[in-house]
Amino acid sequence: MNGSTEMLVVVLAAMAQALAILAGALLLAAVMTVVERRLLGLWQDRHGPNRVGPWGSLQLVADMIKILFKEDWIPPFADRALFVLAPAIAMASLLLSFMIIPWTPTWGVADWHIGLLFFFAMAGINVYAVLLGGWSSGNKYALLGAMRATAQTLSYEVFMGLSLMGVVALAGSFNLRDIVAAQQGLWFIVPQFFGFCTFLVAGVAVTHRHPFDQPEAEQELADGYHIEYSGMKFGMFYVGEYLGMVLVSALIVTLFFGGWHGPWLPPFVWFALKTAALLVLFVLLRASLPRPRFDRMMSFGWRVCLPLTLINLLVTGAAILWLSPAAD
Amino acid sequence: MELAFYASGLVAVLATLRVITSTNPIHALLYLIVSLLAVALVFFALGAPFAGALEVIVYAGAIMVLFVFVVMMLNLNAAVTARERAWLGPRTWVGPSVLAALLLVVLLATLQHGDIGRVIEGDTLTAKAVGMVLFGPWLVVVELVAMLLLAALVTASHVGRSVSREADSGRDGA
Amino acid sequence: MWTSLIPATWSQLRTLGMVFRHAFRKRETVSYPEEAVYLSPRFRGRIVLTRDPDGEERCVACNLCAVACPVDCIALEKGEAEDGRWYPASFRINFSRCIYCGMCEEACPTSAIQLTPDFEMSEYRRQDMVYEKEDLQIDGPGKDHDYHFYKVAGLAIAGKGKGEAQDEKPPRDVRTLLP
Repeated sequence: MNGSTEMLVVVLAAMAQALAILAGALLLAAVMTVVERRLLGLWQDRHGPNRVGPWGSLQLVADMIKILFKEDWIPPFADRALFVLAPAIAMASLLLSFMIIPWTPTWGVADWHIGLLFFFAMAGINVYAVLLGGWSSGNKYALLGAMRATAQTLSYEVFMGLSLMGVVALAGSFNLRDIVAAQQGLWFIVPQFFGFCTFLVAGVAVTHRHPFDQPEAEQELADGYHIEYSGMKFGMFYVGEYLGMVLVSALIVTLFFGGWHGPWLPPFVWFALKTAALLVLFVLLRASLPRPRFDRMMSFGWRVCLPLTLINLLVTGAAILWLSPAAD
Repeated sequence: MELAFYASGLVAVLATLRVITSTNPIHALLYLIVSLLAVALVFFALGAPFAGALEVIVYAGAIMVLFVFVVMMLNLNAAVTARERAWLGPRTWVGPSVLAALLLVVLLATLQHGDIGRVIEGDTLTAKAVGMVLFGPWLVVVELVAMLLLAALVTASHVGRSVSREADSGRDGA
Repeated sequence: MWTSLIPATWSQLRTLGMVFRHAFRKRETVSYPEEAVYLSPRFRGRIVLTRDPDGEERCVACNLCAVACPVDCIALEKGEAEDGRWYPASFRINFSRCIYCGMCEEACPTSAIQLTPDFEMSEYRRQDMVYEKEDLQIDGPGKDHDYHFYKVAGLAIAGKGKGEAQDEKPPRDVRTLLP
């Protein structure tokens, strides 16, 4: 009896922690929608949204009220079931990925030995959100956007996986806690610099962020795959994009910047600071770089990034074998 | 774990049935994806999360995406659905069903005689263990598969190139 | 492709740096209702009807502004005073149609109608955008401080006969042969 109550307490505590992380990730993604606009204003010599509340702090509330009360319209020519399902996939697959990220030495949902593979699996599922959303809309622009998104995500996921294999080889584990522990002395960005570069590019491409936002290019596709979406369904795609941004930033911090490691400050503060810096970098990329043509982007992925990751992996493997003491 | 195994197994079977009975090709493909995800969950329940994750990444995340991608562009309309419905008449599916039922009977009979007493244990298979097995006893097979895949890669690359070169030379000649 | 990779990467990084440095620049936009926007004296905004230096109405109801107006937003009626001066009995501008092109100001022979640096004229009802003469008339001479139409024009009014205007010679008597 006593044992079962203790078990119950442990389970409840873990659930509360998981819920807190879920809510935190969602809130961070929502706040990013406003922070991004303020930062874009900063870099474009404007003020950005600063009207609602003191210094625009309540802009998020205004946005939420607006998007929740908008008409949620499903086109009569759409495939209803898939049309409703697509935004759910977009949010759910990304939210689930937050499960594997170790925020502090004690906080985190799943301490899992296939952690990184789970992220790849969820990134693979996430493609369906765009694909089904674009197809079920029954709109040619949406379909074109979905086709671009699929081709882009598939190509960039190939070397996104390969770019992290160097990290996995150095740490000797897929578990993100082990990877962070292995960066106690030296952050992996130093030995895995090319892995970092390619993963950053792939991360931007997989989340369809600028400059790799061909799937939703306004000028050519009039917003791409979510052109027929409105109300909270569009909001889920929209927040999903920022969730992806937060997720990739947190993953880069975990994999290349030593996770929570850092002097003086508490671990979580270090993790938050590094993640915030990467989020700012994401916005800076949007503020400065133009969108490349779609075929050039694909050829960049296959002809530059893929060989780079393969060479990086080869050299990493050779170095590990060279430096390690001969086994048996 | 056994409950998860049987639940996801049931989902896999039902989803696969819907794959063959669904008249809309996209919906059929989606049921196939659900079926593959259910199979991945079966792997998780059996204690092989590495295989399960790879199943999701490779099958559900990459191969099926290409299937959906191609089918999506085929401009499917009501006529296609009507034709599918016509194809699904009883005359078409009675024969295969009888044959499949026979196979099911054979399978069940074999299971009855085989190791029915075994249960799912709680231990999980790590990625390291999978790697040790693949590059230990099965090294030759792995290398052979690698060569086969390389050959396929080279072939695909060659096929893709020769078409574009012909197009180029045709333009030059004209 | 590989040879251009390093300069291309450097170019992208340089772009990032240059855009980042914009964070410390002066803002181009102003916080409008709190901070006033600078409007040049020649800004074409709200239309007014001015008075001459003596405080009389300048408008002589010649209708040239209404003819020049490309969107036909000006309507007026002529009136005639006891002393012979013409004046607009009513003058109406529909500012919900006005495009602030300034052609009325250019057409006006008496400097009566002028555009001013003011654009803050929003209303909740469209009908309130129609300005009547008492809304348009101001007490000063506007941009043209000294101009006084009836003092330079040859028209005879009470207190000023023919040929008594500034720089005007007495009218020639066409019925005599003397020079």
